[in-house]
Amino acid sequence: MARTLQHRGKASHNGKHADAQAGAPAALSAIERVRLARHPSRPQTLEYLDAMIAEFFEIHGDRRFSDDGAIVAGLGYFGKRPVAIVGQQRGRTTVERIARNFGKPHPEGYRKAARIYELADRFRLPLITFIDTQGAESGVGAEERGQHEAIARNLELMARLEVPIIACVIGEGGSGGALALGVANVVLMQENASYSVITPEGCAAILWREATDENVARAAAALKISAPDLLELGVIDEIVPEPAGGAHTAPAEAARNLAAAVGRHLERLLKRTPAELRAARERKFAAIGNAHLTHGRVENARTIG
Amino acid sequence: MAREETEQSVPSASSQPVQAATPRDDIWSKCPTCKEISFRKEVERNLNVCPKCGHHFRLTVAQRLSITVDRGSWREMFAELAIDDPLGFVDSKPYPKRMQQAREASGRNDAVVVGLGKIEDRPLALGVMDFEFMGGSMGVVVGEKLARIFNLATRRGLPVIVFSASGGARMQEGALSLMQMAKVSVAIARLRDARLPYLSVMCDPTTGGVAASFAMLGDLNLAEPGALIGFAGRRVTLQTSNQELPENFQRSEFLLAHGMLDAIVPRHQMRFTLARLLAILTRPKSIRTGRK
Ligand SMILES: [Zn+2]
Repeated sequence: MARTLQHRGKASHNGKHADAQAGAPAALSAIERVRLARHPSRPQTLEYLDAMIAEFFEIHGDRRFSDDGAIVAGLGYFGKRPVAIVGQQRGRTTVERIARNFGKPHPEGYRKAARIYELADRFRLPLITFIDTQGAESGVGAEERGQHEAIARNLELMARLEVPIIACVIGEGGSGGALALGVANVVLMQENASYSVITPEGCAAILWREATDENVARAAAALKISAPDLLELGVIDEIVPEPAGGAHTAPAEAARNLAAAVGRHLERLLKRTPAELRAARERKFAAIGNAHLTHGRVENARTIG
Repeated sequence: MAREETEQSVPSASSQPVQAATPRDDIWSKCPTCKEISFRKEVERNLNVCPKCGHHFRLTVAQRLSITVDRGSWREMFAELAIDDPLGFVDSKPYPKRMQQAREASGRNDAVVVGLGKIEDRPLALGVMDFEFMGGSMGVVVGEKLARIFNLATRRGLPVIVFSASGGARMQEGALSLMQMAKVSVAIARLRDARLPYLSVMCDPTTGGVAASFAMLGDLNLAEPGALIGFAGRRVTLQTSNQELPENFQRSEFLLAHGMLDAIVPRHQMRFTLARLLAILTRPKSIRTGRK
């Protein structure tokens, strides 16, 4: 675990980090954070696995149709603890990005994830997920093979697991395609990651007909997709600090911060019984948004039936 | 995922509601499928199905309930739940203003009605989504009401039927609306553990976050004929695929052919079919739990 981490850390610490720190603004705007979340050199799932997970063994395929490169799944060790891992991988080079469909999973990716969820439950392995997708694939093939069904099934499956689940939002958390990895006991979010029901571009196109830079920035702010807003809304549980200037300026430091947060929550969750873990997760999701509920009769309320 | 995205993608003529704003001018209704003009009363008497070609017009919640549950058996629940303005969201108008208008127009607080009723004397819990209320979009209230009705059914040992009609998650409530997909799925998992049946009936349209959560999680997934059912909006799919869309793309018949539905049930057979399925799937509690 430590070797890769230090090596990469030294390589990327030189100069860049210090510069970023010197000029770092106090608080970034929503759209500035989105740009960091999408930064081409931002660390992705496989880099965090290199840094955090020892003896990673990747599994492949959904046993139904194919193997989806947009989802990485496997087994390994977090410290001395055997764990199961699922994450989205967007790819770095053009060739890799195409092979991984830019991190937009097909249904078979979610069904591969489901296999690991079931393995984790059967063998009592804590599950760690890494969320980094603009959204699930939306092409004809994805519709034909039941993208909706695949995502829905994962939501229910994650709800049932009797092991600790820790989700880490490390880049973009795009809608249902992200949530299919996100029904966790603890949802950690990196400082500059985003998590949203729709992309700012999609929202801007709907609300203002045109996704100009200005409209996209407005949409990003209006949707409250940044970590501090989501913490306040109760959608996430903790913000994991990034190096000043963003995770890509010092990947090793970013990984150390994330590993520390995962480790801390894992230790806490492992003290609970399997049934308690499921129940706690249920309570957490059952409560989301309820602080904003009001009670009232509509003036012209109709009786039906 | 957001409702407008899918709404726009629906072919504009696909499913106009039969009732117009001024009933007196609306003696006739034109079918978007066969283009034939029919006497409106005749269409209504035919459960809002085109007498000429069988096109299924969208139903209001009241219409749906009246042709589904036993007369006098319906009891609505959690009707008082409403939402404030969690994001302080403003598009062309502030969210509270938009909601107030939708509430006044519909006479209800949000886009789903849940309650208890009977079908052919079998008690059950029921949810009916209201597409006329902001495109049936799912925010916190929709998620909470559905979760509550699933939980109530689990406690009381009742089967659940949900009629979906929704463009997906409600953008104006941001990530909170996304999380409702998980909230309802959590409740469905418990119902399933209790060996109680959940029948999902997808109506036109069922898309986005609703399709990608409870609508697809039925023990049996049913749909009305010709309903638009999909994950992504048509426009988005076109952009992504860069190819012509197959015939019937994202319609019930397409989903049935691809193995995503158990059956397409015409409206005239829906109540009877649901009763039949409940008769097969429901048992007295003692048998279900294996206890005496
Ligand atoms: Zn017709």
